Amino acid sequence: MNVVELKGVWVEREGQTILEDINFSVQEGDFVGIIGPNGGGKTTLLKVILGLVKPSRGDVLVFGKEPEEGRHLVGYVPQERIFDRDFPLRVIDVVLMGRLRGKGMFRPYSREDMQKALEALELVEMSHLKDRQIGSLSGGELQRVLIARALVSEPKLLLLDEPTANVDLPVETEFFELLEGLRKGITIILVTHDIGVLSTYVEKIACLNRKMYYHGTKEIRPEDLEAVYGCPVDLIAHGVPHRVFREHRP
Amino acid sequence: MSLLQYEFLRNALLAGFLVSVACAIVGTLIVVRRMVFLAGGIAHVAFGGVGIGVFLGIDPIRSALVFTVLSALGMGLALERLEISEDSAIGILWAIGMAIGALFVGLTPGYVPDLMGYLFGNILMVPTGELAVMALLDLGLFAVTLSFWKELVAVSFDPEFAWVVGVRTKLINTVFLLMIATSCVMLIRAVGIVLVLALITIPAVSSRHFTKSLGWMMFISGLFGLGFVMVGLYLSFLFDIPSGATIVLVAGLAFLLLEGFKKS
Repeated sequence: MNVVELKGVWVEREGQTILEDINFSVQEGDFVGIIGPNGGGKTTLLKVILGLVKPSRGDVLVFGKEPEEGRHLVGYVPQERIFDRDFPLRVIDVVLMGRLRGKGMFRPYSREDMQKALEALELVEMSHLKDRQIGSLSGGELQRVLIARALVSEPKLLLLDEPTANVDLPVETEFFELLEGLRKGITIILVTHDIGVLSTYVEKIACLNRKMYYHGTKEIRPEDLEAVYGCPVDLIAHGVPHRVFREHRP
Repeated sequence: MSLLQYEFLRNALLAGFLVSVACAIVGTLIVVRRMVFLAGGIAHVAFGGVGIGVFLGIDPIRSALVFTVLSALGMGLALERLEISEDSAIGILWAIGMAIGALFVGLTPGYVPDLMGYLFGNILMVPTGELAVMALLDLGLFAVTLSFWKELVAVSFDPEFAWVVGVRTKLINTVFLLMIATSCVMLIRAVGIVLVLALITIPAVSSRHFTKSLGWMMFISGLFGLGFVMVGLYLSFLFDIPSGATIVLVAGLAFLLLEGFKKS
């Protein structure tokens, strides 16, 4: 069964087309990277899958259901820069939000919730910061905390929005190794504007700039990239051991 | 303190305490969500409700309660349906609310109660019955906040994630709007729109410097609110100046001092 299936999805807002006729499916266990320029609709695509944005046309299925009904299987890691850095919350309080799933109102978090939250922090190696104020973390630290928050909700599908936008290269590598480690049984969709990030770790790559170019493979076709970025793109894969681009055919 | 022998001062202090508690609970949530302007809009819409009440010859607070709650919910809906930014919507609501108030008061024949009273209030003249109503409001706010604590926190910090993990964010936001609307209406007769806004904003903003937890922020802003009221009342008594305005200015001054102290 497809974990995510989009058929002819259009999103229009204030007369502008943000996503145009997106057909896209993700199988169980996939690690899909979506690249595209800023403003190309990457975040909107994630929000369509989450049910936060309703498409103006087309069908969206998440685990074979409407996004609203499928959302209990989805974990979401938003961009870390959307947060109000002044918000008076501790790291552990943020992670606990992942345990809201299936929890009735009027009931406080249980000891088990706390236990799970601590385990998740342990997993992302952030447990030493559990009592720190959320705004005092670095970009990379906050990113890990947000992943822990998504993981405590025990998702089958993890959506990551620009997870490495504000971290430097060593942290980035560490981050992907962390994801690799977590991956057992979790399907991951990651969006980024940074091609270098994707090449080593993801299994399939899609290009998105309003329209989507996706072939269910890891190769990026230069012509797709050109279509997405609207100009010839110089492809430089720095020190990446995997081949990203197809060999030139005669 | 010999000043406490005056019943009106005891009542004023009690009123100050009750207002501070309500404003601390609602104000902290408003400030961390950056919704102070919304609270301002809702508080001023209440003025429209007061005008309608005066015109119809009913208790203005009742009409204000109905009018404000409906306006707040209406705006929640309008923001969902219409493509309009929140701050524009609030500005429009604010102006229309005040205009409706002024219009209905203008249409009312004969003696018209002083509307300035609803802007600045008179904390020295709060009747004992009103104190009971305010105490009930405090209890209600406390109960609701405690019941929905984790949802309120999650929706304030990250509404999209809250939705994704299954929180009924619309319900929580409606509850929150109702909390703001009822608080504003219940408190404006006692202390006026301006003092309500001051006590919603300034104590919460000031308490930020002292804690990193939302719960403590509420507690500390309650203390700040009460402190501002006490100092303001004392000064207004000492110099025979208007109490509401004095409390607001005391709060404003304290805020500036705290900010300056923090910077240096």
